[in-house]
Amino acid sequence: MDLAGILQILDSTIRLATPLLFACLAGLYSERAGVFDIGLEGKMLVAAFAAAAASYATGSVWLGVLAGIGASLLFAAIHGLASITFRGNQLISGVAINFLASGLTVVLGTSWFKLGGQTPTLTGGMRFDDAPLMGLLHLPANPVVELIFGHSILVYVALAMVPLTWWVLYRTRFGLRLRAVGENPAAVDTAGVSVTGLRYAAVAITGVLCGLAGAYMSMSLSAGFLREITAGRGYIALAALIFAKWRPWYALMACTLFGLLDAISIRFQNINLGFVVIPGQFTQALPYILTVIILAGFVGKAIPPRAGGEAYVKER
Amino acid sequence: MAPAPLVGPNGGRQATAAPLSSFAIELKGVSKSFGPVQANRDINIAVPRGTIHGIIGENGAGKSTLMSILYGFYRMDAGEIFINGTLTPIPDSQSAIRAGIGMVFQHFKLVQNFTVLENVILGAEDGPLLKSSLTRARAELEALSREYDLDVHPDALIEDLSVGHQQRVEILKALYRQAEILILDEPTGVLTPEEADHLFRILAGLKARGRTVILITHKLREIMEATDNVSVMRRGTMVATVKTADTSPEALAELMVGRKVLLEVEKKPATPGAEILSVSDLRVKDEHGVERLKGVGFAIRAGEILGIAGVAGNGQSELLQALGGIASASGRITMNGVDLALRGPNANGQTRRAAGIAHVPEDRQALGLIMDFAAWENVAFGYHNAPEYQVNAVFMDNAALKADTARKMATFDVRPPNPLLAAKSFSGGNQQKIVVAREIERNPDLLLIGQPTRGVDIGAIEFIHKQIVALRDAGKAVLLVSVELDEIMSLSDRILVMFDGRIMGERDPETTNERELGLMMAGMTGKGA
Amino acid sequence: MNTLPRWADVVLVPLICLIIAFGFSGLLIWGIGQDPAEALRIMVQGSLGSTYAWGYTLYYATNFMFTGLAVSIAFQASLFNIGGEGQATLGGLGVALCCLLIPWPHWTLALLGSIAASALFGAAWAFIPAWLQAKRGSHIVITTMMFNFIASALMNYVLVNMLRPLGSMDPASARFPAVVNLPKLGEILGLVGIPFSTKNPANISLLIALAAAAGVWGLMWHTRLGYALRAFGKSEKAAVYAGISPVKITLYALALSGGLSGMMAINAVQGEAHRLLLNSVEGAGFIGIAVALMGRNHPFGIVLASILFGFLYEGGSQLALGTSIPREVITVLQALVILFTGALPYMVQRPLERAFAKWGAR
Repeated sequence: MDLAGILQILDSTIRLATPLLFACLAGLYSERAGVFDIGLEGKMLVAAFAAAAASYATGSVWLGVLAGIGASLLFAAIHGLASITFRGNQLISGVAINFLASGLTVVLGTSWFKLGGQTPTLTGGMRFDDAPLMGLLHLPANPVVELIFGHSILVYVALAMVPLTWWVLYRTRFGLRLRAVGENPAAVDTAGVSVTGLRYAAVAITGVLCGLAGAYMSMSLSAGFLREITAGRGYIALAALIFAKWRPWYALMACTLFGLLDAISIRFQNINLGFVVIPGQFTQALPYILTVIILAGFVGKAIPPRAGGEAYVKER
Repeated sequence: MAPAPLVGPNGGRQATAAPLSSFAIELKGVSKSFGPVQANRDINIAVPRGTIHGIIGENGAGKSTLMSILYGFYRMDAGEIFINGTLTPIPDSQSAIRAGIGMVFQHFKLVQNFTVLENVILGAEDGPLLKSSLTRARAELEALSREYDLDVHPDALIEDLSVGHQQRVEILKALYRQAEILILDEPTGVLTPEEADHLFRILAGLKARGRTVILITHKLREIMEATDNVSVMRRGTMVATVKTADTSPEALAELMVGRKVLLEVEKKPATPGAEILSVSDLRVKDEHGVERLKGVGFAIRAGEILGIAGVAGNGQSELLQALGGIASASGRITMNGVDLALRGPNANGQTRRAAGIAHVPEDRQALGLIMDFAAWENVAFGYHNAPEYQVNAVFMDNAALKADTARKMATFDVRPPNPLLAAKSFSGGNQQKIVVAREIERNPDLLLIGQPTRGVDIGAIEFIHKQIVALRDAGKAVLLVSVELDEIMSLSDRILVMFDGRIMGERDPETTNERELGLMMAGMTGKGA
Repeated sequence: MNTLPRWADVVLVPLICLIIAFGFSGLLIWGIGQDPAEALRIMVQGSLGSTYAWGYTLYYATNFMFTGLAVSIAFQASLFNIGGEGQATLGGLGVALCCLLIPWPHWTLALLGSIAASALFGAAWAFIPAWLQAKRGSHIVITTMMFNFIASALMNYVLVNMLRPLGSMDPASARFPAVVNLPKLGEILGLVGIPFSTKNPANISLLIALAAAAGVWGLMWHTRLGYALRAFGKSEKAAVYAGISPVKITLYALALSGGLSGMMAINAVQGEAHRLLLNSVEGAGFIGIAVALMGRNHPFGIVLASILFGFLYEGGSQLALGTSIPREVITVLQALVILFTGALPYMVQRPLERAFAKWGAR
């Protein structure tokens, strides 16, 4: 492979890793607070749809972003209601949310736009500028410069979210309490802090970040919403979260790795290493296989937050 | 009979005549019920500032409920709380913290993968950013740690600390929140003797610096050595508050246990036969790796009831679990001359039953029954592989099982005698009868029976006791574990007293008395009877 | 604690959940400018109006019976098997290999062979996550979910590189020999004189699914294993007291669950497609979750819920044909059923309990 080819792969790695990163960090907040969320996919999907639809209707990409975040927050609220207030099964709630998004986006999309479930192609100001920094900084058009500066603004937002999340988690009062409530809610409760309040806050942040992930999918990575546009990325993000052992910098690495695998499998059918041919399907399945291996503790055990998945009931 | 002048139940009230400010805490007329159960009834207590005040009582006497009210975990139904002479409502934990109350729970409320420092500041941060909180806390922690000889490193992870150190982190948490009043609930239950000694040095230090400590415990030695005053609780009421110096362990034991009406159980003298079970150096660790059973040995012969007395949490549960194949253990258990597996796949409830051991567990609702299952399904519980409950190699004989259940229900007078009813629909006594019927009717060589009459009505108590004695008279061995002293005394042929995971000694029920047993249960070696 | 009378718990709660779900879906249809009553009429007409229509409804219902039973067995043991999709995919591979590699003399033998193969492949695919949970403590929901994706990649590889006939561009296996084709439901009913359309995919697998439901009922309530499994599901602590091994029960429950999911392929692959397609499962593994929740984990309830979802599924297709309402309305309905019966049960139960308490006190 030549240099141009490598640059191209790296370029698409960055673009494909961005929605994963948003969703992965989204899941990180929720799960660190002790609320399992397998509904990342659904929230991304509904956000992608709402963003594209609103952007098409208003002509403004930013109103699209707001709509995407709003829709995702609404779904997050359902999850919060089910898993925090009504102490229901968090996993089943996540499954329901994924189906709800999958059905709702197609029903509404079909009836609003009559295009079989997709939105009309977004053009001009309805989409994110592909490379705003290039023009802003008057950079020369050259592949290496473009690899670094030639991306949509949301790519940089996602990257900035990594140190920001790290800082929030480890350097702020909110982060300390968030981590504590996912490990031992009784410790937080006896310290006089509201478990419910913290968990709702975490679930809301998850909603906002999934909203950004969805908005990026439909208004930057592609030019409009398509049926099932997220194509399982919510699940890959979940896998990345486990792979990263619920830590922000590792999340960046895991999402980059999984983005790279995605980029490779899009570009190549099979990879011929000379002595062995790695089929493309294997590359696609690799994130999941790696996650299972990590979960099983064969290579460094991934221990989820101890109070994850359980509603908090004050003991008698 | 009481060798020391005791202050009556209204001692607290009389004491309020003293200047208000001399008491750190006063409770007046505190009552609390959980449904039909009255956990606290008209409690009055006054704790002078700068003292260590013990609260002692048996299980279920209402000590923990009272302290949970004080810490804002429960709301009292009636009563008033005064802190430093000021009426202070405590609707939640935050109010308790603000009022200067700190609590060290029996089960620590620590975040395992946080550092000591992080645990201490959690909920008591200075502002939205951690940095200043951490800096301030570190300095203060080091000062506190030095002042009170706590020896806790601020950057250590909780999961790496010993239980004793974890407890000191809980104390640090309270001190960091400027708690003037520190409540400790059974603090030595999980500690080694050395750690416990260290704890009492810390408490003495706190007292010396003017703080008030409330120590909840069932261990008389600790009360005698560490406290200035002691309140005794029994069945939800405060029966006495006295100066520790003016009382004796014997007097406290009697107050704690009360004068119980001996239940009349008709039984002939035992005629022990061959040795059925022998246990030596049996040890069990809990999930935190703390040894709860610390090398126990005894033997039971056919045709006798061996009673194990003790306050709950002194290793009796672990003993039953090890014998019943539920908990992994080390040491040796020999049943009818054959060594039983103590860990691994062969140490389970099925192999124990096959060896002739039946087990009525202490907690029938969590272990002995599946509450959602019907009575007939529960009669098969643990014996679902028994040949008489099978039609053939594939199917279970539900009809035979239902008929067997109906028969057992008739024999044991279970009401209503409906095998189809779910276990949760029966009263506590009838639930227990189902379990006892299931285990006794197997005619086991050895019956393990824990808290046979907990939450059971009088009529059923008598019935269950008769069944236990009948099993003994049929030449079977019975191991009886109960926190009810009168039950132990009226049923047992021999009594072992357990304390802190060990056997304190053996007594003959004919010659011992409640005071002696009470002392042994509280960790004091009784004088030979 | 649940204080509802049994009939209310078993019938009323799911019914109310269903009504709420239908209500919301109706609102959605109304919201997109369509007539919910007319939509319902088209669905009923299109999926229950003729034996031809019934055939499709029952074909889908057969799939859901298998996957619903699969989910319910795991639920009974308090395990959430979200991997029905992957297990059914592998079951399809088992059926395809069995039908393609062995020269069967008669469909009856082929059917026996593919029942064994599909159950075995499905069970094996569930066994790995079960083992990882029982022995290594990996969360079963996450691993079974991951195994869905791994199954889909594996299937893609096998179809493209191994089973695809030479010269074909389609990622699908060769057609199975005609001898292994299963008899249609219409043909079977014809034998006993009941006229039923044969121009639909309903086939003998329906009877196998019904037999499986009866089998699960027998297993759960009339065998030692079923007894142990249910006891473990109610209380792991109590099960240990009774000498029931958590490891073994986890393995058995998931293997049975995976086996049933896999058997779905008899209907979809051997009964209908007559070859292995890339996505032969079409989400039936997930619908099994809704079916199990709606059917209250009881085989009888699951059969009824399967028929209901078969009706919804086929009705949804008819909607898409007859109106401009997309069939995904059904996905929304399914999501709402899962949400209300599975994640928000207390929202329905608690007011109902209060109503009953008031009613009873009067």
